[in-house]
Amino acid sequence: MVKNFRGFENNMSRQTVEFSITAAEKLNERLNAFLQIDRDGALQRATELEKSGAAEPLAGVPIAVKDNICVKGMQASCGSKILGDYHPPYNATVIERLTKAGAVVIGKTNCDEFAMGSSNENSAFGPVRNPWDTTRVSGGSSGGSATAVAAGIVPVALGSDTGGSVRQPASLCGVIGLKPTYGRNSRYGLVAFASSLDQIGVFAREVEDVARVLGIIAGRDSHDATSADIPVPDYTASLAGELKGARLGFPRTLFGKGLDEEVKQSVESVVDVYRDLGSEIVDVELPNAGYAIAVYYIIATAEASANLARFDGVRYGFRAEEAHELRQMYRKTREEGFGPEVKRRIMLGTYVLSAGYYDAYYGKAQQVRTLIKNDFLEAFKRCDAIITPTSPTPAFAIGEKVDDPMAMYLNDIYTVTANLAGIPGISVPCGLSSERLPIGFQLLGPYWSEPMLLRLAHGYEQARPFVERPPISAS
Amino acid sequence: MPISQSDIEKVARLAHLELAEEELKTFGPQIAEIVSYVEQLNEIDTTNVEPAIGGLTPEGERTETTRDDEVRGSLGQKTALAEAPDAASGHFRVPKVL
Repeated sequence: MVKNFRGFENNMSRQTVEFSITAAEKLNERLNAFLQIDRDGALQRATELEKSGAAEPLAGVPIAVKDNICVKGMQASCGSKILGDYHPPYNATVIERLTKAGAVVIGKTNCDEFAMGSSNENSAFGPVRNPWDTTRVSGGSSGGSATAVAAGIVPVALGSDTGGSVRQPASLCGVIGLKPTYGRNSRYGLVAFASSLDQIGVFAREVEDVARVLGIIAGRDSHDATSADIPVPDYTASLAGELKGARLGFPRTLFGKGLDEEVKQSVESVVDVYRDLGSEIVDVELPNAGYAIAVYYIIATAEASANLARFDGVRYGFRAEEAHELRQMYRKTREEGFGPEVKRRIMLGTYVLSAGYYDAYYGKAQQVRTLIKNDFLEAFKRCDAIITPTSPTPAFAIGEKVDDPMAMYLNDIYTVTANLAGIPGISVPCGLSSERLPIGFQLLGPYWSEPMLLRLAHGYEQARPFVERPPISAS
Repeated sequence: MPISQSDIEKVARLAHLELAEEELKTFGPQIAEIVSYVEQLNEIDTTNVEPAIGGLTPEGERTETTRDDEVRGSLGQKTALAEAPDAASGHFRVPKVL
């Protein structure tokens, strides 16, 4: 970042932030990555940092933040009309930590509504367009953040990942995307979608920048009872470690039906690179991985139906006008405020939790979740990390899958397992398709193995730097 | 199990959603398709398998999450009402309940 982001040197905070803001504004008509850009606030902050010597670790680094993460003084729409103009009165803990470290939030990024989607087409504010081909999706749900980094507007961005929403858009946009272990980052200030699956994740174009940001935001937070009391290592120090002898698990059966041939070949070439770097390739099985989507769409929707009950027009956000009675107000507000995908998922979640169906669906899904978790624990006895594609295809066309929810859900086949098991996962770019669309591979590791995943990703990055830039780029 | 129109209407009522005719027509088959997809879980033998309650890692479960019962600051009434669609006399005002 220091080298590549416009020759950023110490104490040029204002210039760097200005560049970032201008790029965001200029490109937004074509990309729709940002829902809000805070020119005045960000420049003021950058000026203050310069005045005080810019000694903080991320001083003057411009960042973009997904619009479901609370930044005080900026909007948090979650990509939804039901929150449209909502301005949270507090900062998410990760934002407090980043701000204290000198980072400057330049804007809030577009996302699928309430983080529900794999294409960023479910936003109430229009889709995000892929900077590699603006007729195609950016991926989702953190499409705006992935795009902002891919287009060189910001060096790092935050997103959230519940079933792949950081890793999948990272793959489709040709950037790095990390979802840490469940409980590594505080979820305080992240608007909840599925509380047992959500994690805030990091986008960047260089592994070192992911490591730097993770080191700042990670760690126990008393505001989030699910954040774990585990020390935060120096993630940048682990990058240079030895790769020889690392055991890479290859789940052969996951490289079959439904996987785009170019993606398959690209990821298999990555395995060859790791072999050349001295890794031992080990065959592993994940016997219950094929059920992961079914488990996910029961558990995530059930939790979402509970988490989204709070959007009722009472305390914040949109309220329907023509309601004369309280419950009519709830119904009309939610009917008018939520988009179709959100309504579908709330309905599904309500259905699987309803009396008579709870054990058949939700109870069963929780048991299969245990089996999926155990598959990984078993596999990690024989390997240090598992490699898979991140997405079964490169970016598809805008509009191609919107009318077929099941087809859209199947985009998540490689990513949902990590959320269900709670393990960390990172997507790294490994090439372009014949249509010049990015392809990414994913590394999955045991709990708290971020240092090792970052080292493996860094090793690949050094061996095969991804130097391609999308046609739409800040310059 | 096939999902009927009245199942969909019942679920919508439970979820406080007032669906339009159009939506009832489209959502019905879509939800039915998804439910049919997830029913494949019935193929799996889960006898004696512990359900995964939440997403905590073992370290997460061991993390101490209680604190002493001492009064700390909060948002305060003014801030809490600042984003309200209809704040009145220190309350969130809503339509009456019939």
